[in-house]
Amino acid sequence: MLKLLEAIFAGKCATENIDNTGHPHMRGQLQCNGACNGCGACAAACPVKALSIVAGKPSIDYKKCIFCGKCVEACAAKALSHSNKEVLAEILVESQAEVCEAVTAKLGRSLHVRHVDAGSCNACDFEMGATSNPVYDLHRYGIAFVASPRHADMIMVTGVVTRNLEQALHMTYAAMPEPRLVMACGACAAGGATYGSTYAIVGKVSDVVPVDIAVPGCPPRPSAMIVALCAAADMLKEKI
Amino acid sequence: MLVKPENLRGAANICSDGGRRPLAAMFGADETQRGGGLAIYCLFYNAQKRDLDVLKADYPSARPRNYPSLTPLLPAAAWYERELHDMFGFIPEGHPDLRPLVLHESFPEGFHPLRKEVAVDCQCHGHREYEMMTSSGEGLFEVPVGPIHAGIIEPGHFRFSQAGEAMLQLDAKLFFTHRGLEKALEGKTPLEAMTIIERICGACSVANTLSFCQAVEKLSEAKVPYRAWLIRTLALEMERLYNHVGDTGNICAGVGFSPVISMGARMKEYLQQLNELIAGNRFLRGLIIPGGVTMDVEEKQLEEILNVLKEVEGVYADMVHIMWEQANFVNRIRTTGIVRESTAFDLAMVGVGARASGMARDSRKDMGFGIYDEFDFDVVTETTGDVEARIKVRVGEVRESLKIVRQVISKLRRNAEVELAVDLGQLRTLEGSWGISESPRGDNIHWLMLDAEGRIDRSFIRSASYPNWPALTVAVQGDIIPDFPLINKSFELCYACIDR
Repeated sequence: MLKLLEAIFAGKCATENIDNTGHPHMRGQLQCNGACNGCGACAAACPVKALSIVAGKPSIDYKKCIFCGKCVEACAAKALSHSNKEVLAEILVESQAEVCEAVTAKLGRSLHVRHVDAGSCNACDFEMGATSNPVYDLHRYGIAFVASPRHADMIMVTGVVTRNLEQALHMTYAAMPEPRLVMACGACAAGGATYGSTYAIVGKVSDVVPVDIAVPGCPPRPSAMIVALCAAADMLKEKI
Repeated sequence: MLVKPENLRGAANICSDGGRRPLAAMFGADETQRGGGLAIYCLFYNAQKRDLDVLKADYPSARPRNYPSLTPLLPAAAWYERELHDMFGFIPEGHPDLRPLVLHESFPEGFHPLRKEVAVDCQCHGHREYEMMTSSGEGLFEVPVGPIHAGIIEPGHFRFSQAGEAMLQLDAKLFFTHRGLEKALEGKTPLEAMTIIERICGACSVANTLSFCQAVEKLSEAKVPYRAWLIRTLALEMERLYNHVGDTGNICAGVGFSPVISMGARMKEYLQQLNELIAGNRFLRGLIIPGGVTMDVEEKQLEEILNVLKEVEGVYADMVHIMWEQANFVNRIRTTGIVRESTAFDLAMVGVGARASGMARDSRKDMGFGIYDEFDFDVVTETTGDVEARIKVRVGEVRESLKIVRQVISKLRRNAEVELAVDLGQLRTLEGSWGISESPRGDNIHWLMLDAEGRIDRSFIRSASYPNWPALTVAVQGDIIPDFPLINKSFELCYACIDR
């Protein structure tokens, strides 16, 4: 008992500010510099066809990207590289910085979220769990995970939708009260190209239910999820 | 050994040698495209030879696909045979429970996706029955749970047959996240397959990748550089550490013991940040490739790893101390969810589950894959087979893993090799190959066969959770239903890994 009290009182506050950059090694946003000759080797190397050449330059669909680094390896001109910055959720691309600041400033709003694993590899689920750990402490933003879709403003869907889970996703969506939001979290849910198409896969989440916000990453880091969740909380406010 | 289908049961009996060589895996293959027929493969652990014994039953394509079921003799075969039935249409005669396993209600009867005539993206809709196993009688009732759960976990449906608070029977319907990955891998080169292999399961990403890479490397004469093996060993132990440390805390979530849940989650976070430092990804993806590794670990990184591990070790020790100090916590975990040694033996369990029930099985020792023979570490076992034993095994394994990581780091510091990966050259084709590695949940086996052009003809993935899931349904019997989350978490089995 003493040890428990000691740990509670002596333990310093573990919660940190949300930072959307990672270790220098991290494979985040792709950058292409002037050395690019538009050869298209990167697009050919992409296992999920997230890359295409538009007007002689690579254009990236981050909803599909699994951040594997194959395009960077394939670039003979060494023009492509990964930065250690996260790619943030789709609706935020215009105003990333402001939202990050706004996130900490705003109070008086809330978002209740139900998780639906529609066929994920568990990596997204692990990172969702991590958003509630003492380091990220999601609750400080007024966002909480709830046990039932009936209590939820939003479902956060991870994974490609499998044949075995299609019905469960439909039913969960139908059980939510209006207004409701759907977040497709991670490359499988948002882009659906991670494993190609097979007899057991229906597709990305937007093939089954309407999606309001898509979070890139394989898996998205907890910090990217938190930014997306805060943005969703603002979207919900507008809807109400 | 090659036998006729009608002799498979007899041959399997000999191969298993009264359970001394447990069944490691059982799967089918469609070899019609290269002149053969359908085949059933059985793999048995042979610790003496540090090898897997391969038993194959061959069908000329025209014959009916029945054979005498192995399950009455080897209970460990029960799920494998249900899967053979689903994926290929084999009929194990005398199997006690031939309900569907992998393909749920939306698939038609008679649809066998791993047969070569079925296209990978075939969208075949229909309806088949999937009946849950329940008990009935006066006063008994059922409790259905899932597949969408209350927490942030993977999907599975559990059906409890209750006598008051006591769980009489549990039937688990799994394979909800079945993505058809074995079929998706077919036709890809081993290098193309890597992005999928790394994404079979998040929490066993390194183990899956390492098993697959070893299966590929066995088909080549080239030797993987020593430094690459050191880095691979580091990655595999880091995976064990973040899983075990997080799981120890998470088991306490089964009884609402909050301070310990938080301590575990915080330590897990620091370990996952280390993963990103090592591989640029919090699940260590993108590090291991056939032939070696893609990146080096430099002195500055080693320094930071040692610093963080030291802190984690201290907090983990405190956390464990707090757990054992709480009499009411110990009261909940002791004698809860027991798996007897004979059950573990019959089900050919692996990993933490097996070791907590007195079976000293660890592929790092038994198979000595990679360079594990060089390291000084012990296999941790307990005998009681309850939740407490499974926690104690994890606590011991965290200690042993830290010991291994420190040995790896001192070897990395003395090793000046620059080469990190070797070109595997032309791979041998039409030859079965396997790889094994010890994931946080037990040994993980990949089987691989390349076609004449060097593309994957058959890949079978047997994760550590596969043999252990049926044990959970045995462990809960007689315990009260509020203890189910606790017992379930003490096994901490993957869904994505087994569902594929």
